[in-house]
Amino acid sequence: MAFDSHEKRQFKQVGTRPPRPDGVDKVTGRAQYGADVTAPGMLTARILRSPHAHARIVSIDTSEAEAMAGVKGVVTGRDFALPEDAGLADIAVNVMARDKALYDGHAVAAVAAVSPAIAKAALKAIKVQYEVLPHVTDVDAAMQPGAPVVLEGRALESVPAGMSVNVTHASEFGHGDLAAGFAKADRIVERSFKTAATHQGYIEPHACLASVTVDGKADLWCCTQGQFMVRTVCAALMGMEASQLRVTASEIGGGFGGKTTVFIEPVALVLARKTGRPVKITMTRDEVFRATGPTVSTSIDVKIGMTKDGRITAGEARLRYSGGAFPCGTVDMGAMAAFAAYDLEAVRTQGWNVLTNRPKEAAYRAPGAPQAIYAVESVVDELCQILKLDPLDVRIRNAAKKGTKSSYGPVFDDIGLLATLEAAKAHPHYKAPLKPGQARGVSCGFWFNFGGNTCVSLNVNTDGTVGVTEGNPDIGGSRASISLMAAEELGIPYDKVRTIVADTASLGYNDVTDGSRVTFSVGLATIAAARDAKVKMCARAAKIWGIDDEAVEWKDGAAWPAGPNAGQFPPMSLAEIAAVSFQTGGPIAGHHEVNADGAGVSFGVHLCDLEVDPETGKTTILRYSVFQDAGKAVHPDYVEGQMQGGAVQGIGWALNEEYIYGRDGRLQNPGFLDYRVPVASDLPMIEAVILEIPNPGHPYGVRGVGETPIVPPLAAISNGVSRAVGVRMQELPLSPPRVLKAIKAA
Amino acid sequence: MVKVLLWGSLRAHTDGQAEIEVQARTFKEVLDRLAEAHPGLRPQIERGVSMAIDGRVYREAWFTPIRPDSEVVVMPYMQGG
Repeated sequence: MAFDSHEKRQFKQVGTRPPRPDGVDKVTGRAQYGADVTAPGMLTARILRSPHAHARIVSIDTSEAEAMAGVKGVVTGRDFALPEDAGLADIAVNVMARDKALYDGHAVAAVAAVSPAIAKAALKAIKVQYEVLPHVTDVDAAMQPGAPVVLEGRALESVPAGMSVNVTHASEFGHGDLAAGFAKADRIVERSFKTAATHQGYIEPHACLASVTVDGKADLWCCTQGQFMVRTVCAALMGMEASQLRVTASEIGGGFGGKTTVFIEPVALVLARKTGRPVKITMTRDEVFRATGPTVSTSIDVKIGMTKDGRITAGEARLRYSGGAFPCGTVDMGAMAAFAAYDLEAVRTQGWNVLTNRPKEAAYRAPGAPQAIYAVESVVDELCQILKLDPLDVRIRNAAKKGTKSSYGPVFDDIGLLATLEAAKAHPHYKAPLKPGQARGVSCGFWFNFGGNTCVSLNVNTDGTVGVTEGNPDIGGSRASISLMAAEELGIPYDKVRTIVADTASLGYNDVTDGSRVTFSVGLATIAAARDAKVKMCARAAKIWGIDDEAVEWKDGAAWPAGPNAGQFPPMSLAEIAAVSFQTGGPIAGHHEVNADGAGVSFGVHLCDLEVDPETGKTTILRYSVFQDAGKAVHPDYVEGQMQGGAVQGIGWALNEEYIYGRDGRLQNPGFLDYRVPVASDLPMIEAVILEIPNPGHPYGVRGVGETPIVPPLAAISNGVSRAVGVRMQELPLSPPRVLKAIKAA
Repeated sequence: MVKVLLWGSLRAHTDGQAEIEVQARTFKEVLDRLAEAHPGLRPQIERGVSMAIDGRVYREAWFTPIRPDSEVVVMPYMQGG
């Protein structure tokens, strides 16, 4: 659906800030999260995990555990089907190891028992004989000749001959003559960077409850970003038909991409089928860190040439990403995103995915982009310092705009980068003086956004209220945004609309809540479903008035006679039409199903003022502002929340968060005490400045906003720290010891 | 005929050509013709690709029409978080 450019719309509901519909339940503890679901006769399951980073599983003896009182079932990798599809097979092996444990924390067996204590005790009775193998957790080390081999035979046809067996995928993007571009530069800077794997850090651990009947029907309640994805994957792993597995998504305490796959759900289902009892699994925080999906860890080289007056003449990046012990394609996203903010005549990015003995990567807000853009924006900043140029002026000078051939191929349509840069430049933050010892960091950010499969039903109730049924777990306030768009389109008050998230048996397929897609795609489908319902309501009014359907139009929440021959009738409101719907043809509903495209890319600019304690190396964020194009901000509170939340997660990524592995390949910090996420007292208020450049691919101009804001903080903070300490920082996180070391080495 | 731009690493399967001309009127026809003309592209196409048509990115839209003068760019399958 294209932008409604034919009408100059004055929004009445969209753009307002009503209270969040899930707020009362959440603050009163009534909201049902994954771990809150119970069932009569329920068993509790616990999972035994590998203590080794890499080991062959010689044998697993479960006999003693199975004989324990209260133990009702034990499963190992042998109890899981191995789908033919390589992606599904990887998920199956990640859920439960077979021949090898591939990382510290890899599941090797699970027990279902009548109590958590018995399940935990039974884990100790399982005897696993391991043959410990050499391991590798560093991406660069894994690419070296002779590195420990994580998996064999997984290289795609894209990998050139002669590379390490651990390299599974390679890609390249770009255009123009690099050599000629660099020859035009007055100054060239080439740097190498590393970023640590980080975790999404969602507050709610994974939890699920599975029930399987003797005739093979199953129900699964779980905390997920996509109940339909869970159904697809689990049905394949269980050898079930999709219709026999109903998946209901709970409220979700954060996902950020980390709940776009399964970890424990198939285990609960297999145990439920084996025991004939409902089985519940709730991960501990230790398990979440060790055995769910953190980001890729990366090693990146960037080379950029610039003229004295700030024109970028060429850009090149080489990106090495590790998504852990299984192949992944995240490096493609990084290689495409790296230079997306710039209008370049010559650009090339190359990417490689590398296997390491780490947990299988899962998505995390704009997967792959923050790392790549951190490296590029760091070099741009260094060039600005060397050439004594204003960092925003340089970005404005080189900004991608409508008609720019992007670094990854397509020509951009309407985009908001220049507007965000100019808004940042004009903002008081950019003009505010800095005290001695303080510095300001700047960075652009970019994300693709996408749409995807979406199905919405909109039911008009006989009392004049409306129910919207959608299929995407509400992570960022989508129920409010969807209700606002339905109310806007129908011309009724927001509080007459209630939006619910359906289970997999109640609605057609919906893609996962990811890719910043829900407000865009579900909103688009909701508007179309509302238009479908309006057509039907106009037809009902036409019947009542005895005129042609075409002689009725919908405006201001009512059907009106329209045109010279329609006759004179008082308008009929939605409530009036709904009240007589049984007498005029039956219930009224609108539907829309679509694989939505046209999401429109998104850009943001972040400003960060900070100071570094020269004694300790600790960085304090003093002021932080986010400028982002939201297309149309449907519910500005939530848009600001996304911008602030993304910034905060990016600040954590930049300053403290990292997976720390010991020499034994085991994760050293699987808990929030040692894996330090920012808390409110660490941060200033994040100022969010929303720009509204309509997306031509959505009837209200909506763009996704959820991922872009995590992209710029890495470079904005690193650039600020580099300026503050006088040393170009090249590795994240900028933890106090690392910064102190740089200060002392300077 | 439609000009189709491929991302760099796919050139290994097209004798180094970054731009391929195919006779196609839709998203699916572009991919079918590419796979027929350059079988080395088939594994990637079967794993999934996105396609930018006149600047708009499509993920799985077989019947999206393509004009002879459309800008068509084959891209990796988009993923998000």
